[in-house]
Amino acid sequence: MRIILQNLTKCFPSRNKKSNEIVTAVKDLSIEIPDGKLIGLLGPSGCGKSTTLYMICGLQKPTEGKIYFGDSDVTNLEPEHRGVGLVFQNYALYPHLTVKQNILFPLQNLKGAEKLSKDEMLNRAQHAADLVQIGELMDRKPNELSGGQQQRVAIARALVKTPRVLLLDEPLSNLDARLRLQTREEIKRIQRETGVTTVFVTHDQEEAMSISDMIVVMKNGVVQQVGEPQKVYDDPDNLFVAQFLGTPPINTFDGVVTGGKLYIGNDCIADVPGVEDQPVAVGIRPEGFIPADDGGLSGRLINVEVMGRDCSVVFANEKSRKPSVRAIIDSDLKIATGGDNAIRFNIKRNKVFIFNNETGERIRF
Amino acid sequence: MNKDLKKPKNRISLKGDLDGRNQYKAWLYLSPALILLLIFSFYPLINTFRMAFANGYNGLAIVGGETFDFGIENFKTVVNYVDFKLCLKNTLLLCVITVPISTVLALLIAVALNSIKPLQKIYQTIFFLPYVTNSIAIGMVFNAMFTRVGLGDLIQTQGIINNIIGIFGIGPINFVNVGSSWGANMFVVCTYIVWNAIPFKILVLLGGLQNVNKQYYEAAKIDGTSKLRTFFKITIPLVSPMLAYVIITSFIGGFKEYSSIVGIFGEGMGPGGNGQMNTIVGYVYNMLPKSNLGNASAASLILFGIILIVTAINGYVSKKKVHY
Repeated sequence: MRIILQNLTKCFPSRNKKSNEIVTAVKDLSIEIPDGKLIGLLGPSGCGKSTTLYMICGLQKPTEGKIYFGDSDVTNLEPEHRGVGLVFQNYALYPHLTVKQNILFPLQNLKGAEKLSKDEMLNRAQHAADLVQIGELMDRKPNELSGGQQQRVAIARALVKTPRVLLLDEPLSNLDARLRLQTREEIKRIQRETGVTTVFVTHDQEEAMSISDMIVVMKNGVVQQVGEPQKVYDDPDNLFVAQFLGTPPINTFDGVVTGGKLYIGNDCIADVPGVEDQPVAVGIRPEGFIPADDGGLSGRLINVEVMGRDCSVVFANEKSRKPSVRAIIDSDLKIATGGDNAIRFNIKRNKVFIFNNETGERIRF
Repeated sequence: MNKDLKKPKNRISLKGDLDGRNQYKAWLYLSPALILLLIFSFYPLINTFRMAFANGYNGLAIVGGETFDFGIENFKTVVNYVDFKLCLKNTLLLCVITVPISTVLALLIAVALNSIKPLQKIYQTIFFLPYVTNSIAIGMVFNAMFTRVGLGDLIQTQGIINNIIGIFGIGPINFVNVGSSWGANMFVVCTYIVWNAIPFKILVLLGGLQNVNKQYYEAAKIDGTSKLRTFFKITIPLVSPMLAYVIITSFIGGFKEYSSIVGIFGEGMGPGGNGQMNTIVGYVYNMLPKSNLGNASAASLILFGIILIVTAINGYVSKKKVHY
């Protein structure tokens, strides 16, 4: 099911009753979610991504704008008529019901022509449970399950009525690191097997990048960039997106463009033909550094952290916006330091981005 | 073992302290509470058992140095006493009628209160008012509402309730005046007890409802659960611990019913003091001025036994039905 969000805006009245201020959680959001894909809504907390999810499922009504599922306008449709499955952040499994009863619950609500026979319901519940691999846990209560198992039950409950759209609210945030890795593969597998259009919300860029077919980066209720994870990473539209994606995060510098050349301090690091002379923000991905004696960028070595396959070179540069700059380089490469720990790098051209100093918009070269 | 591990363990050991010369300190600190408990709780409790099992125990006779045989004569007397049977019947009926009605009403009101936003606090206060009002005073007001003033041709009013139901062409009914029927009395007392019992139950149940995670309702809504099914399959199970608490305590309270009847009918425990609305606790109080402490103790123990059994049944049922 293709989902189209058109100029979606959601305002909340301010908590502070005295001031009649209105908080805008989502502002003029328009995206198209293709059928059968896994989409990650990504952004820092408070950026409106959960609100967007709740508007898609119908628990919150948009202040303005339209939501389409396929060709039908569902903006004013109640959640139960939209055919969505929602997995809550803390799963919201009914604590007094067993796993089986929890999964059966949505089916028992069906009325009229959709009503299923008992056997049919049990079959569907078992099928959903097998899909998420909790078939043996059917008679347990939720409090007898681990976090990961509860998560699977919640997904099974959302999937059992074969929804047109599956929505996941921070699905991995309550799991420990190891389980998180495992579960995100699992979500990807379940999505692929069922082919259901899936939207999930996360603040963890790694999580979003690793499993999504498409990511939507949001900030303060406004969409910053939409696209395939790798493309957004390689070609960010603005400084916020560049900083938000990638671990370790991108290194940022105060730079200046003069005469078609990009300078950081006195170091010329790239040719940028056609860019007007102006002060800019420069972002360099950690993997964009190549140690070289005659390299363009200079720095003073602070520390080298060896991490097996790669090593992370931490150095200082006075134009860096943070106290230290982090470069990830192949651990085979030798790092030669001159006197006073001086160190030089060449910069990979496709790993350097420059941004307008005021607006943060990308300046392409 | 490691020295460092052992040392602090010895220092914080309670047993070590109490075994030694410091033990008296513990008893010293506990003594105010212990002395009061011993005099006013434990001694009367034990004495009740002693008096109940002393045949024909009599408060006056014991002053004369008379001794009593051990036996169950008191129980036999109590059980065979016509008044006691009436008291038992009244008490059981009051419980069976008022506990379910007040619990269901309280649950409905609590759910309604929980679902409204504006004025919720004000309504909460209004519903809670009866709880902070003296039950004898409320009883007297109820009496005034149901009572007829004047006699024969000189009747001035039939009471506000009769006036209201008179609009619908019913009555007038003699609710509480001399010559009123047992059934009419029962109706008044039950109405009063339900009205008086609801506030506390609303308070407890509302607390339970407000603790239910809203996401359960959101999840149910997305799954298209009807309101009725949500109420029975989600709300009730999730507040079942509070429901169990409310039901058990109100059964216990119901068996000890006394002051409400005094409030409505006075110490005569019935219209014109005929005692037809008497309860077990009322019976116990009646026995006391007659120095019939043996019978009073036996009746108390019977009440104790009934409450014990009912509470045990409640506990057994709630183990199966309550989801903690």
